[in-house]
Amino acid sequence: MTEFDAATAAVQAALDAGARYADARVMHRRYESMSARNGDIEELLQDESIGLGVRALVGSSWGFHAVPELSDAAAREAGRRAARTAAASGRVSGPPIDLVPVEATTASWASGCEVDPLGVPLSDKGDLLVRATGTIREHGADLAEGLYQIWDTAKWFVSSEGHRIDQRIRECGGGISATSIGDGETQRRSYPSYRGQYGTTGWELVTSLDLAAHAARIAEESRALLTAPACPAGELDLILGSEQLALQIHESVGHAIELDRILGWEAAFAGTSWLDLAQLGSLRYGSDLMTVTIDPTIPGALGSFGFDDEGSPAVKRDAVREGRWVGVLAGRDSAAVAGLDYGGSVRADGWARLPMVRMTNVGLEPGPHTLDEIIAATDDGVLMDVNRSWSIDDKRLNFQFGCEIGWEVKKGRRGRMLRNPTYTGIGPLFWRSMDMLSSEVVPWGTPNCGKGQPGQIGHTGHPAAPARFRNVRVGVRA
Amino acid sequence: MTELDIAGRVVELVRRLAGPDAQAEAVVTRADLALTRFANSFIHQNVAESGVAVRLRMHVDGRTAAGSGSLVDADGLRALVERTLAAARLCPPDPAWPGLTPPSPVPSGAVFDEATAYAEPDERAARVRAFVDAVGGLEAAGYCRTAYRSGAFANSAGHSAQGRTAEAAMDGIARTGGSDGVARHCADRLADLDGAALGTRAAAKARAAVDPVELPPGRYEVVLEPAAVADLLQNFSWYGFNGKRYAERQSFAEPGTAQFDPAVTLVDDPLHGSTLPYDVEGAVRRALTLVDAGITAGVAHDRRSGAEAGTGSTGHGMPGASTFGPMPRNLRLLPATGGDLAAGDLGTAGTTGGVGAVADPDTAALVAGVERGLLVSDFWYTRVLDPKRLVITGLTRNGVWLVEDGVPTRPVRDFRFTESYPRALGPGAVLGVGQRPARMPDRTDGVWWEAPPLRLAAWNFTGGASG
Repeated sequence: MTEFDAATAAVQAALDAGARYADARVMHRRYESMSARNGDIEELLQDESIGLGVRALVGSSWGFHAVPELSDAAAREAGRRAARTAAASGRVSGPPIDLVPVEATTASWASGCEVDPLGVPLSDKGDLLVRATGTIREHGADLAEGLYQIWDTAKWFVSSEGHRIDQRIRECGGGISATSIGDGETQRRSYPSYRGQYGTTGWELVTSLDLAAHAARIAEESRALLTAPACPAGELDLILGSEQLALQIHESVGHAIELDRILGWEAAFAGTSWLDLAQLGSLRYGSDLMTVTIDPTIPGALGSFGFDDEGSPAVKRDAVREGRWVGVLAGRDSAAVAGLDYGGSVRADGWARLPMVRMTNVGLEPGPHTLDEIIAATDDGVLMDVNRSWSIDDKRLNFQFGCEIGWEVKKGRRGRMLRNPTYTGIGPLFWRSMDMLSSEVVPWGTPNCGKGQPGQIGHTGHPAAPARFRNVRVGVRA
Repeated sequence: MTELDIAGRVVELVRRLAGPDAQAEAVVTRADLALTRFANSFIHQNVAESGVAVRLRMHVDGRTAAGSGSLVDADGLRALVERTLAAARLCPPDPAWPGLTPPSPVPSGAVFDEATAYAEPDERAARVRAFVDAVGGLEAAGYCRTAYRSGAFANSAGHSAQGRTAEAAMDGIARTGGSDGVARHCADRLADLDGAALGTRAAAKARAAVDPVELPPGRYEVVLEPAAVADLLQNFSWYGFNGKRYAERQSFAEPGTAQFDPAVTLVDDPLHGSTLPYDVEGAVRRALTLVDAGITAGVAHDRRSGAEAGTGSTGHGMPGASTFGPMPRNLRLLPATGGDLAAGDLGTAGTTGGVGAVADPDTAALVAGVERGLLVSDFWYTRVLDPKRLVITGLTRNGVWLVEDGVPTRPVRDFRFTESYPRALGPGAVLGVGQRPARMPDRTDGVWWEAPPLRLAAWNFTGGASG
């Protein structure tokens, strides 16, 4: 029995049990991670998981059931139980549900991969982390950590509308960090970003990071931060490096434009959104420099795929065009509720999870400047980079972010290092204050986006470049 | 095949493939998890999963590796053992390997409710129906979930254990005019979840939160309801009483030191609820006092961190502990004793401008003592700014009220705060501890935080909702 056979059996069983629509995903995922601490391998984890999840629509109510086996009997039972669960949902039913049309497709897709990350010898991967973390320790940090992660996911999708799609997505990445512990506080520096850089690529991504070459620098910076002056408190011009801006996009744009949040479907947990669908197409989100796209077609970016987990093909769309809000992240059912004609942003974290609206690659189009030009044009400001903490309210408006490192910018020059840099603001006001944007875009990958109940971890991409924001409140502390 | 059969088979496979000197431990857990989710007053997501997970850790020729998988047929188990063995042989020596848990009796878990374990989707939907009906026309959102886990542990030292656990939880909000009220509860039995009572509470709080005013940031005396206190416990668990972070000098914890107010006693007490009675290393789970009347008493350890600390395991082995550290995840802030609260007696605290803001007599008693301060229902999106001092930033959510002369007088817009959690509960900072703890569910079943409301001398609010 093939994976497609199992998915087909599950869908048919759901239809036989009363569903008017059903789809099923078989997923086979292999995961490997290795962490190192202070020059030694700390942990090696390898996991392999395979199973089937089926979703059934009965009347206007959904049900979902997942099982860890692919036998015909197990698949059919899963389909029946999904339909039964959907029927139970009918005890507290909502408005009628439609699905925006998607052409039934038979297709295969695979992400690009030059060097199979699971094929690289463990000893080579371990040596890389041991060498980098050993160097960090030698250069004065109290705690040296390194990590890589690899996901190799094959999935087979079948729907009652005739979809039959298989995909293989390989993702990997990694990074290192140095922590120095002083009297009553700790300082951390990471490379290339907090938790590392990730993409839908092979091991060539990790090789290109050249972790060992940056180990000494981050160790010395973490030590120097312990005695650096604190970030000043007040309103200043703020320059963000691209890694931190990626996080800013993720939290204050990506989540805000998720249609399920806008519709209130996440109200009790992840929250809603400050955006009102009545203003789609007219709302001023940011300055004219702000053009944000939803683009799952970017080769190698972490949020890329051929088809989402509802069978919608990957398509690039605008979310914000020259500062105006014009698009959302949607699924087939949420789009229909909102009166839109596209989904395409629905994914499930493994076979046991319900597909839901998730970010793909949500990021900025390049600006006209460079970081050097932005610094040169700044009379009195702070440059911050690499995220250390993030917090934002349930409407995605009020945020406070902390970075690992800051630098004073005076009269067009980068000056002394600053410790504990933080900034806070309100999303649209902040984005409207962006007056310079670099062309130096990096497609940062975020492998830890939490959402949903039961919890799901999403992998998202965020093209971002350094930018300047005017009159931002910085230096918030306890 | 039972979970214990599978665990025994894995250990035997290791012996056969890696030799008689190989040390191995296997944990097998079957889970049936279901969650019925509602928003805009209807069920929009309704999910269930059946799963099995096998986790193997082996120590061979002085090297250690771990592997896991969901395939439990003969081929799947053999593949798991082979790839873990291959990984172990490539790993560097592990001189700090703490050895296996020796054979020892493992008592069965405290409670187990069959009806919860095998609950049908209709039973969860019925509680959602009751919640939605109880909010009286307001919008309702939340979930009702049930979880059943059955598991076993075996190692090559001859130790084994098994158990099963069931849990139910409900978490919901009522919404009106841009204001939300919340009610949540975690229980060992689905039958103990009263959707109507929770909906009534959430609706009363939502109505009391309408038309909030904005107050300036600053330090305010506060009464934190159990949902907010749960956030403190969660962050203490991750960053304070975590044996690995303690060993790395990244924790504030200093055992033997009076770091908290004498009113604070914290106990990790997994057997207080339904639980598997062993950890992933097969160690017995039992109560561990972390703070005793304000004095830090200890931190949580697995076998590795316990060996380094010289204390041994406290039964807190968990997946990922090598990286994230062992944590206490069934924390109880013990209630005050000696008071006498009549059920349903809200005193004067809930009877004026903030009608509905105070939903229970325990909170009412604390609020009654506040001359000017804030009543806070819940915290949201809390993140660490400085792990050593445990400085946290986050926001209030689901209702804040100004309290004047012991009475909630006005709803207040949400605040951002930046606060050191140990400082907020430090000596002299706790002005009152409630008498009736409430158990709050975590995002993961089997993890919960139990606390009464707390009255604190000061909380540092650093921003208003509008910036």
